[in-house]
Amino acid sequence: MQRKSFLKICAMSALAAGGWSALPALAQAPVEISFYYPVAVGGPIAKTIDGFAEGFMKENPGIKVSPIYAGTYQETIVKALTAHKSGTPPVTSVLLSTDMFTLIDEDAVVPFDTFAKSAEDKAWMDSFYPAFMQNSRTGGKTWGIPFQRSTVVMYWNKEAFKEAGLDPDKAPANWAELKAAATKLTKKDADGKVSQWGVQIPASGFPYWLFQTLTTPNGAILANEAGTAVKFDDPKVIEALQYWVDLGKAGVHPPGVVEWGTTPKDFFEKKAAIIFTTTGNLTNIRKNAGFPFGVGMIPGNTRKGSPTGGGNFYIFKKATAQQQEAAFKFVKWVTQPERAAQWSIDTGYVAVSQAAYDTAALKKYGAEFPPALVARDQLPVSVAEFSTHDNQRVTKALNDGLQAALTGTKTPEQAMKDAQREADRILRNYK
Amino acid sequence: MRTRAVHAWLMLLPAMLLLVAFTHWPALSTFVDSFHSTAKAGRPSVWVGLENYQVMLEDPVFWKAVRNNLLFATATIPASIGLALAMALWVNERIAGRAFLRMAYFTPTVLPMIAVANIWLFFYTPQYGLLERLTGLLGLPAHNWLGSPSTALAAVTAVAIWKEAGFFMIFYLAALQSLNPSLREAAAIEGASRGYFFRRVLWPLLMPTTLFVLINACINAFRMVDHLFVLTRGGPDNASILLLYHLYEVGFSFWDTGYASAITVVLVVLLAGIALFQFFVLDRRVHYQ
Amino acid sequence: MSSMHAEPPAYHAPTWLDTLAAWLLALLWILPLVYAVWTAFHPSAYATRFELLAPLTLENFARAWQAAPFARYFLNTAALVLMILAVQLVLATLAAYAFARYEFRGRNVAFALVLVQLMVMPDILVVENYKTMARLGLVDTLAGIGLPYFASAFAIFLLRQTFLGVPKELDEAARVEGASPLQILWRVYVPLARPVYTAFALVSVSFHWNNFLWPLIVTNSIQARPLTVGLQVFSSVDQGVDWSIITAATLMTSAPLLLAFLLFQRQFVQSFMRAGIK
Repeated sequence: MQRKSFLKICAMSALAAGGWSALPALAQAPVEISFYYPVAVGGPIAKTIDGFAEGFMKENPGIKVSPIYAGTYQETIVKALTAHKSGTPPVTSVLLSTDMFTLIDEDAVVPFDTFAKSAEDKAWMDSFYPAFMQNSRTGGKTWGIPFQRSTVVMYWNKEAFKEAGLDPDKAPANWAELKAAATKLTKKDADGKVSQWGVQIPASGFPYWLFQTLTTPNGAILANEAGTAVKFDDPKVIEALQYWVDLGKAGVHPPGVVEWGTTPKDFFEKKAAIIFTTTGNLTNIRKNAGFPFGVGMIPGNTRKGSPTGGGNFYIFKKATAQQQEAAFKFVKWVTQPERAAQWSIDTGYVAVSQAAYDTAALKKYGAEFPPALVARDQLPVSVAEFSTHDNQRVTKALNDGLQAALTGTKTPEQAMKDAQREADRILRNYK
Repeated sequence: MRTRAVHAWLMLLPAMLLLVAFTHWPALSTFVDSFHSTAKAGRPSVWVGLENYQVMLEDPVFWKAVRNNLLFATATIPASIGLALAMALWVNERIAGRAFLRMAYFTPTVLPMIAVANIWLFFYTPQYGLLERLTGLLGLPAHNWLGSPSTALAAVTAVAIWKEAGFFMIFYLAALQSLNPSLREAAAIEGASRGYFFRRVLWPLLMPTTLFVLINACINAFRMVDHLFVLTRGGPDNASILLLYHLYEVGFSFWDTGYASAITVVLVVLLAGIALFQFFVLDRRVHYQ
Repeated sequence: MSSMHAEPPAYHAPTWLDTLAAWLLALLWILPLVYAVWTAFHPSAYATRFELLAPLTLENFARAWQAAPFARYFLNTAALVLMILAVQLVLATLAAYAFARYEFRGRNVAFALVLVQLMVMPDILVVENYKTMARLGLVDTLAGIGLPYFASAFAIFLLRQTFLGVPKELDEAARVEGASPLQILWRVYVPLARPVYTAFALVSVSFHWNNFLWPLIVTNSIQARPLTVGLQVFSSVDQGVDWSIITAATLMTSAPLLLAFLLFQRQFVQSFMRAGIK
């Protein structure tokens, strides 16, 4: 008798519990989304990100965003993929746009198209600059949404230009002018040692990216859109590399591999009159250059051009559908024009959409500080950042070749041919 | 006897459990992985036998890493131990200002690697870097230390020696200070020279410390790659790449877990060889009191 | 009987060559720290210019302090390092005692297994260990960072060696007095191994203080993040190296250790004494 009633009570409680969970929960636990972000610019970025998270959570009380700072871009992807392989990836993360193929191959991310259902959403996805979308789309699907993007620009020391007898407001517009200007700008001291180099293009960190500032103007595209084939041994590519090596041979460019991290400082110390570096350095250079400087588009040859760079938002596959929807909302919110504009002003990155540049804040900023608009103006001639399947490996082959040519260990032709062979071997499986 | 065996196993258990869970099992899993291909989306991992090892043997970057690492080890091990011994001997004597000396030698250990690496980056920077200024004063030509294949490895080796020597000094110092002072007095009475005293008395008595320090130095020779991330990233063109760094690249950049496992196995075998050699060969010759 | 402060025999006096060499080396060795101090207290413009009359500033410290919660990172690191050391010592002592003073089947196999860890670096096993931590729910905790290191083969190896060298008579004397094995361990073996504990403590603290990759992978928030990971915020690649702020952050975080070493040098080195490392 006791047992039966006991069982009855159990059954009823089970039904009740089942019933309760079936009811739409009024006090539902918030959907938690973890969000990995890299820190690629100095300054209190963590605070800005936290501010975004708080602002979003205020407007969306059912969602909890946990921003997790994850180191450099390289460390962030290590962290994200390690977590993914262990079954607990972040829900969303900002990662390099060039990581797209790697993430797809690891089956780690889902395309944004599945979430963009309304017309408004589709319009939002189309609102970004096409140059940025080149590294975000493949196979007809959109895998990344631009967030902190940049291009390579040329900075020049106006004072040094004046000293050398050049027009300080006119930047070299093509290769011939660049070489000529650099020759005039190179200064030697009493011992014959160079005290100021005419032009400096870094080759450490991401040599391939800076190399693209030379191949693009020469009309060469290094990788195809599907990321399955590369063209390193194209004569135009070798020509571009030869130009770079020749700058060194002519004594107007520092010998060997130039360090990326110290290039801005070299500029401040007047050790280099012209440097190629990311637009993300603009705020830093503005603050610390003790002289008037100019910012201009990368000199062209047969055409003008520069690669894009920086990070996109991705949504991870192993998160629940609810989490992914919440993440989609967050990504949409953060890339709205006002916020994109604010982010651009705070960090120096290019604002990711035309609408952002049309906001009052960015209009004012651009009027006060025109160099901030150079990167945007370069976008129509900007190309995708080099990216393929097995990206890191193929990129390393290219980087090694570039460094070999710049240090004189190999001729440009040999270096590029070797790199091509290596890349073909790696990409064999992806064709 | 049985209860004693049980006692022994109980005392051993916590350590063994943790070792198995976090070292042996993952290591075994890595060993097994080295015989499988890397899993990718849509292509699960399959048995490939020795293919990963073949790839490794044909990879010029791997051989460069091996060569560089051996050079690196050959330079750092004797240099850091030798300097540590010299430092300890000096600090142990009545040299003026030895408290300062002691602190100066030990500071590299306390500074975090990220800071250390960036400071050395400044030292090696062309034109206005500290080293360049010094060589400029001496009238030597300008040089791009980190950006030239000929000097990149030497440059990172110097940083490693700098970081290690002071750390080993402490052990030698302790050993020296625990020696019986009457030994010195006896040697003085007998008129033995400093060199003789060092060779015949100090060095043999310091052997246990040297063995201890040697093991650490050997392991570190293969483990110290953090500074590479800041200084050269293995470049230019792999001139300064080391095995563990190559392993990170393959394992965490390329995510080629099959190949990375093969390199791991090689690294482990190499270190095992060194450790066994030290344990069985050198340990015999060490003079324990 | 012989005092440490007795006048050493004449030939032991260091020559001027010794003094010169020692000082040159010391100056070279401390150069990075000197540079760090210079750069941290001067504005960025003077990071590479050594003009004696350059203005001093505390702005770098303010910026560094704001960039990340270093006080919390410092606490995390201190707690982590001490926790790991404490557990390592306890586990290794027990294990070493078992190896040194007990006969049991499988002892050699077990010891060989222990030796394996000497050679296999935990860094390479990151992916596997992360999976385990995720399963145990220990991600982003100090225990999660420490667990793979709690069983230290190096410590077991050292302590076993030391315990083997303890004269058996002491053991028997204690047993005659009716002490249990654990009491013998505590009263006889542990005190005699003091120098080894200190030596190992130095190795362990130094290693875990500087450890980077595994803590980066396993921690997600300031809850457990140690200094090395926190300092990464200054390796901002895009904007180039800012020496002023890196050195300011370094000084802030290393100053306590440096001061501690300065003040406690003597005691520190003396704690190795009594029998040296055998």
